[in-house]
Amino acid sequence: MNYDDFIARHVRGLQRSGIRDFFALVQQMPRAISLGIGEPDFVTPWNIREAAIYSLEKGRTSYTDNLGLLSFRRTVTEYVERIFGLSYNPEEECLIGIGVSETMDTAIRALINPGDKVLYHEPCYVSYSPSIQLAGGIPLAVGTRPEDDFALRAEDLEAAWEPGTKILILNFPTNPTGGVVEKERLEAIAKFAIEKNLIVLSDEIYAELTYEGEHHSIASIPGMRERTVFLHGVSKAFAMTGFRIGYACAPHPIIEAMMKVHQYAIMSVPIFVQEAGVEALSNADDAVASMRDSYRLRRDFLVRRLNEIGLKCHLPQATFYTFPDVTSTGLDGKAFATQLLQQGEVAVVPGTAFGKDGSSFVRASFSTSYKKIEEACDRIERFVNSL
Amino acid sequence: MIKDVLKLLLEGEAVRTEAMASVLGVTDAEIEATLAKLEEEEMLLGWRPVVNPKAVADHEVQALIEVSIVPEREGGFNRIAERISRFNQVVTCYLMSGGYDLMVVVRGKNLLEVATFVSEKLATLGAVQSTATRFMLQCYKVDGFLINGGDESHDRLAISP
Repeated sequence: MNYDDFIARHVRGLQRSGIRDFFALVQQMPRAISLGIGEPDFVTPWNIREAAIYSLEKGRTSYTDNLGLLSFRRTVTEYVERIFGLSYNPEEECLIGIGVSETMDTAIRALINPGDKVLYHEPCYVSYSPSIQLAGGIPLAVGTRPEDDFALRAEDLEAAWEPGTKILILNFPTNPTGGVVEKERLEAIAKFAIEKNLIVLSDEIYAELTYEGEHHSIASIPGMRERTVFLHGVSKAFAMTGFRIGYACAPHPIIEAMMKVHQYAIMSVPIFVQEAGVEALSNADDAVASMRDSYRLRRDFLVRRLNEIGLKCHLPQATFYTFPDVTSTGLDGKAFATQLLQQGEVAVVPGTAFGKDGSSFVRASFSTSYKKIEEACDRIERFVNSL
Repeated sequence: MIKDVLKLLLEGEAVRTEAMASVLGVTDAEIEATLAKLEEEEMLLGWRPVVNPKAVADHEVQALIEVSIVPEREGGFNRIAERISRFNQVVTCYLMSGGYDLMVVVRGKNLLEVATFVSEKLATLGAVQSTATRFMLQCYKVDGFLINGGDESHDRLAISP
C-alpha cells in the first residue's frame, strides 16, 4: 500500500523538526548532559498542582465553554491588565487554548486564506513556518542580527514585505535567541504594521522571564490593540508546560473566528487545568519571581563561561536560552552540536533547527541545575580545546 | 551580591565557597568577605545541616511548649523570652499572637527529660503563668524539606523546542 498517495501533499512536503532528529541522537547517549531542554527544571508550584487535584476531587470533569471557563477568562484578563496594562473583555475577547502552540495555530488558521503571506522573524520557534504552511499560507522569514542582540528592525520588515502580506508574527522575548525589543523599536514595528494594514500575532510566552528592563507588548502601542492577537500562557514562567494552557486576547471578531476553529478541533481545554490556571495567575507571583531570580544567576554564569571558552555569546535579557556563535571553532552549528554530543557528551540544539539564520549558532539553555551547567561548560571547554 | 549569595544559600543545595564564587563570577575572597559581613550583621547566624528527624528518633524527642508569661514593665516579653531561649534544651523560641505568648521547641533524650525540663526549669520561672506541652509524634516536613512523599524525580525530554 502506498501511503504517499493518501498523505496530504502539503504535509508530505513539510520538513520534520530539526529538534526531533537531534533528539533521537541524544537518546542514544544516556551520559550526556543536556543543555537542550526548552522547559523549566522547576516543578509546578504545589499550590497550583493542589488546585488541579482539588478540582478533580470535586468532580470537575466535564467540558467547559469552548472559549474556556468564564472564571478563568476573568482571571486571565485581570492578569493581563495587571502585568501588561492591556484591557480585554473576558466574555468576548479571550480564548483559552492548549498552550500558545494551539492558540497560535488556531489564530493562523482563522485568519489566513490560501496564498496569504505571513512575515515572521528568524531564528525563531520551530512551529511558526510549518503552521503557516499547513494553513496554506506563505511564510516570509526576516532575519534578526547578532549585533542587535537579535532584536527586530522595522526596516528589515519593510524590505521583506511583499504584496499579499496579511500577518506579522512576533515572538519577544524570543526562543531561541533570548532577544527582546525595546519600546522605540517596537513603535517602529507598530508603525510598519499599521501602514501595511497587518494583523500581528504576538507570542509573549517568555514575558515574565525578563531580567533587565521592562517588557512591552506591541498591543500596548497606540493603534495596535485593534490589530493584535496577544498570545500568552503559563508554561514557562509558572513551570506548567505539561498543563498545556495558553490564551489569546484580541478584538471580538478575531476571537469569534478563532473560536470556530478551536471548537471543532478541541472542544475545550480540560477543566481541571483551567482551574489550576486560576490559581496560578492569582497566587503564584512570588514563585515566578523566585524562579526568575534563579534563572538570572544561572544565565550570568553560563554566558560568562561560554565567552571564556571562546564562544561569543550575548547576554540574553530574557528567556532561559543562550545563543552562542560557534564559528570561532571552524564548525557550523550543526557540526558543532553533533561533535560536541559525540565527543563531549553535552547536548545543545543546532541553530539551524530555528531557521537558516541560526546556522552559525547553537542554543544552550540554562533551565537546569548549576552543577550540570558547570560540568557541561567544563566538557564544552575540553571539546573546544581539542579542536 | 548579598542578595545573590543568600539566594544560593537558601536554595538548599550544599554550596561551597568556590562554587558560589564561580556562579557569581567573583573571587573566593569576595565570597568569604560577604559571608563574614552576613555573620557580622547577624543575617547569617550559623551553619547547620537539615537532618531527617527519623534519623535521630531513637535518642531524641521534641516537644512544642505553649508558654503564657507576664510581660514586664519596660521590658515587655523580651527579657523572659531571652532567658528561656538560653537553655540548651530550647532549640526555637518565638513570640506569638493568639492564645499564648511564647512558642518554645524543646529537645531532649526522652519524654521524661523533656517533661522534667518543663516542670523544673521552665514552669518555675517567675514570669511564667502556664505551660502546655505537646510532644511531636511524626515529622512530615522540616525547614522546607519534605520527609516522605516529596516530588518523584521525573526525566524531562532530553531535547525539547
